[in-house]
Amino acid sequence: MQAKGTVFKYGDNVDTDVIIPARYLNTSVPAELAEHCMEDIDKSFTSKVHKGDIIVANKNFGCGSSREHAPIAIKASGISCVIAETFARIFYRNSINIGLPIIECPEAAKAIGAGDEVSIDFDSGLITDVTTGQKFKGQAFPPFMQKIIKAEGLINYINENK
Amino acid sequence: MGMTMSQKILAAHAGLETVEPGQLIEANLDLVLGNDITSPVAIHEMEKMKSQTVFDKDKIALVPDHFVPNKDIKSAENCACVRNFAMKNEITNYFEVGEMGIEHALLPEKGLTVAGDLIIGADSHTCTYGAEGAFSTGVGSTDMAAGMATGKAWFKVPSAIKVVLKGKLNKWVSGKDVILHLIGEIGVDGALYKSLEFVGEGVKELTMDDRFTICNMAIEAGAKNGIFPVDEKTIAYMEEHSKKAYTVYEADEDAEYDQTIEIDLSTLKATVAFPHLPENTHTVDSIGDVEVNQVVIGSCTNGRYDDIKTAYEILKGRHVKKGMRVIIIPATQDIYLKAVEEGMISAFIKAGAVVSTPTCGPCLGGYMGILAAGERCVSTTNRNFVGRMGHVESEIYLASPAVAAASALTGKISTPDELGL
Repeated sequence: MQAKGTVFKYGDNVDTDVIIPARYLNTSVPAELAEHCMEDIDKSFTSKVHKGDIIVANKNFGCGSSREHAPIAIKASGISCVIAETFARIFYRNSINIGLPIIECPEAAKAIGAGDEVSIDFDSGLITDVTTGQKFKGQAFPPFMQKIIKAEGLINYINENK
Repeated sequence: MGMTMSQKILAAHAGLETVEPGQLIEANLDLVLGNDITSPVAIHEMEKMKSQTVFDKDKIALVPDHFVPNKDIKSAENCACVRNFAMKNEITNYFEVGEMGIEHALLPEKGLTVAGDLIIGADSHTCTYGAEGAFSTGVGSTDMAAGMATGKAWFKVPSAIKVVLKGKLNKWVSGKDVILHLIGEIGVDGALYKSLEFVGEGVKELTMDDRFTICNMAIEAGAKNGIFPVDEKTIAYMEEHSKKAYTVYEADEDAEYDQTIEIDLSTLKATVAFPHLPENTHTVDSIGDVEVNQVVIGSCTNGRYDDIKTAYEILKGRHVKKGMRVIIIPATQDIYLKAVEEGMISAFIKAGAVVSTPTCGPCLGGYMGILAAGERCVSTTNRNFVGRMGHVESEIYLASPAVAAASALTGKISTPDELGL
């Protein structure tokens, strides 16, 4: 499994309120949520994002509310992976559970710049900044989570194991 | 190696003698919670499952509280989705608008959460019930769906930070100041993936409502859970509110902690978190004049009886500053009724405040107190992120009910002491 795309870069503590503001939480339809993804931190995100693009951020990405609408909005907007120095724990769980790949890699989070072309090999955890030629080793998922990801989410995993 | 209090609860629910930090476990749940924002997503996920029945209709709590009473058509449809699911599955603990409250104030009040429980909720402030000596943590909707179907969830066993409390809080200083101070010390990711375990002789000086507020905001330091030891106050609270059997767990004497932090409660002052992060804390005596337009007193953090009573003691017989918008929201119908019976609501209205039925409403910028560009609000809620309460150019200052009520009278961030109280 691989991903390749252009990077949208953000800083520390990107919270779920800016990823998907609560005023839009009266719906849970992925496409409707995607229309407002990142609206309060980056007004141009929805008009610029293409399928396969990648978000790179610093520490504590996804902090705040437990709204699964946040990773759903990111996934539905076409983002193929989020790389961060660290993730807030509920956002981390939610992303795995809905099948949005996310990778903790402090080195990549620091070095990769906005607009860079990045490719990711999920099997090896290798992150390549195609623009600069730099390579990074992302944290691999523990076996327990790999099973959930391979099943494309927790619900399928449960269905398969019942 | 000994275990922390949190680790002991997890081990017991996973059927294991011991667990270690980092270990992945599957554990049995005592309660699964959802609200009107998160439950519809979970219900749709459950519909994809082979087995669509719930594991135990008595161990699921569904509390429409965020956009309730329904603020618009889409919110009404979300609530209808939750209501229909509750009826179809005969969920015992579904709370219709007339019997509801903000979930994290309501569930302990209804006796659904007790010491030793393992609780997940599709709401980040589910960590509140640690105040009663339970392990409770926020998850997303898919985890909620899996929890409702199987009665189980996977956890990575957390390591812990030990927070040793000593001394006694001064007048007008409360649990909110304790947790804001702590978040200011360690930062919004200072306890990421970890437990915050509160111990020490200072614990007995804190009311249950103080402890609920402190555990409620553990998530604002990134923590997986916050937890207090069980003492006489906890037991008295549970005996008043619950018929459920409880189990008291204590950390082993040789339990290992990543870090130990000491807080002398007697040295804490009224504290406020400036925009746009809960870690941007200052003591109110150090900030000069910060003028505000609105005050909100309520939420799962500070809408409990003690909080409303504190606001009453400051606002009764006085009047809010001309031009101030002051919104007071008791967190549950029971608290609201007590406030009515004790004359607090008439005092609030005479003081120029508005009082609302329980709702999360303004805390997350849903409705009931949205801010325009450039406006400032002192709020007893839990987050002051960009745009949290309205326009991206509005500002939220997080503070205790005492500071919020005093600020309502002066129009700037103030303490009751400044008013000679």
